[in-house]
Amino acid sequence: MDTNYLLLAIIIFVIAFIIYTYNRLVSLRNMADTAYSNIDTLLQKRFDLVPNLVNTVKGYMQHEQEVLETVTRARTDWLNASTIQENAGADDTAEKAIKSIFAVSENYPELKANQNFLMLQEELAGIENKIAYARQRYNRTVMVLNMVIQRFPSNLLARLFNFKTREYFAVESERAREVPEVNMQDR
Amino acid sequence: MDPIYGRIASNKRRTFFLFFLYALLFGGIGYLIGIYIGEPIAGIILAGVIFVILFLISYFSGQGVVTRMAGAREVSKKDEPYLYNTVEALSIAAGKPTPKVYVIETDVPNAFAAGRNPEHAVIAVTRGLLDRLDRQELEGVIAHEMAHINNYDVLLATVAIVLAGTIIFVSVMARRMMLFGGMRRGRQGGGKGQLIMIVILLVLAVLAPIFAQLLKFAISRQREYLADATAADFTGYPEGLASALEKITNQQVKDSPIDNQAIEGLYIVNPSLGARSSNRSSALFSSHPPADERVKRLRAM
Repeated sequence: MDTNYLLLAIIIFVIAFIIYTYNRLVSLRNMADTAYSNIDTLLQKRFDLVPNLVNTVKGYMQHEQEVLETVTRARTDWLNASTIQENAGADDTAEKAIKSIFAVSENYPELKANQNFLMLQEELAGIENKIAYARQRYNRTVMVLNMVIQRFPSNLLARLFNFKTREYFAVESERAREVPEVNMQDR
Repeated sequence: MDPIYGRIASNKRRTFFLFFLYALLFGGIGYLIGIYIGEPIAGIILAGVIFVILFLISYFSGQGVVTRMAGAREVSKKDEPYLYNTVEALSIAAGKPTPKVYVIETDVPNAFAAGRNPEHAVIAVTRGLLDRLDRQELEGVIAHEMAHINNYDVLLATVAIVLAGTIIFVSVMARRMMLFGGMRRGRQGGGKGQLIMIVILLVLAVLAPIFAQLLKFAISRQREYLADATAADFTGYPEGLASALEKITNQQVKDSPIDNQAIEGLYIVNPSLGARSSNRSSALFSSHPPADERVKRLRAM
């Protein structure tokens, strides 16, 4: 009789563990999907603005054709991208190119007086920022998801239900990956 | 991440405990007033009904009450693209919906968050804050407010403000009512009624300031440290918030439009700082930890 109860307790525990882990995996996967589509939406918004930016800037910056071509190329690359790596590569190129366009714009006072350019600048700066945070969100979610998938014993269930580890979006800077130490003690 | 989840659960427990406390006190006041009228049970029932109504109001529209008290006005993305973009960015970082954005037209730099959950939340900042901070500092401040929303600090703070405000209001009203009634009774020379009245008066006189204190503890100093740490985690750049805190702490002005005792605990730095000199002894009873300590901890991350 006693061993029966013990067996029952073990079975209940195992079932509870399976339910918990399965649900955790599902919600992490959904969170990763949402985070990824967030990045995608933002990249879409940014690359929609690129032709506009190039047209506004073109007339002023005769000596910076190269940067403008780079950002336009990044847009084409992104439109053709199918893997996370390709997406991240196009994102990285575009980010750098847009930054340098804004950096050199400092040398063109007429451009700085252009209302349309200023609006684009604020809009794009805002989007760049959001992309950075969306990447961070995605990468952190993926880190947790991958951890659950690879660790024992949840890895057994992940294999059983066919959950796959995900790739990180680009290489994030070291700073963003570090989690700051939280000191809970009040003095 | 786990300590933060633990804190969220403990915040929720503390919230329910506080609501229970408020319910008891409402019942107590109702009972006392009931005795005075001669129907103690009716007093309790009345207080119970009022409590439920107030609770529902503050739960569902507390953020409206708070933003009105603060004199904040909702702004759209078109009005304030810079602010709005920053709030959107940090809500992405937190993985939560974008809160509504409000601006308070005053030159004193400050900010607060209110609401009942991440789906129904507001972030309000003053004009002075927008004028003084650069993008990274503003991100730090908004991240701190997002952290309060994320940690469910805002539910407790918002509901507590409405309930405590009502109790203080009711005690003042009751005191006046009894003074008036007292004079009338006085002519009849009722001995027992007079005594009960004095007791009620004393109880109410003691209650109001206690609630003012409870309010401050509800938004405890621990929560501020935790929100600072969470904010640093969101932005990955503690220096932004640290430098923002340094900039705005010494800019609080006595009797400014945001220097409102009922909601001072909500703000990122205490708006009534301008009223006192920054002596150490007052820090013990303050709703906020001293800013230099917060800055020190942020820089040590």
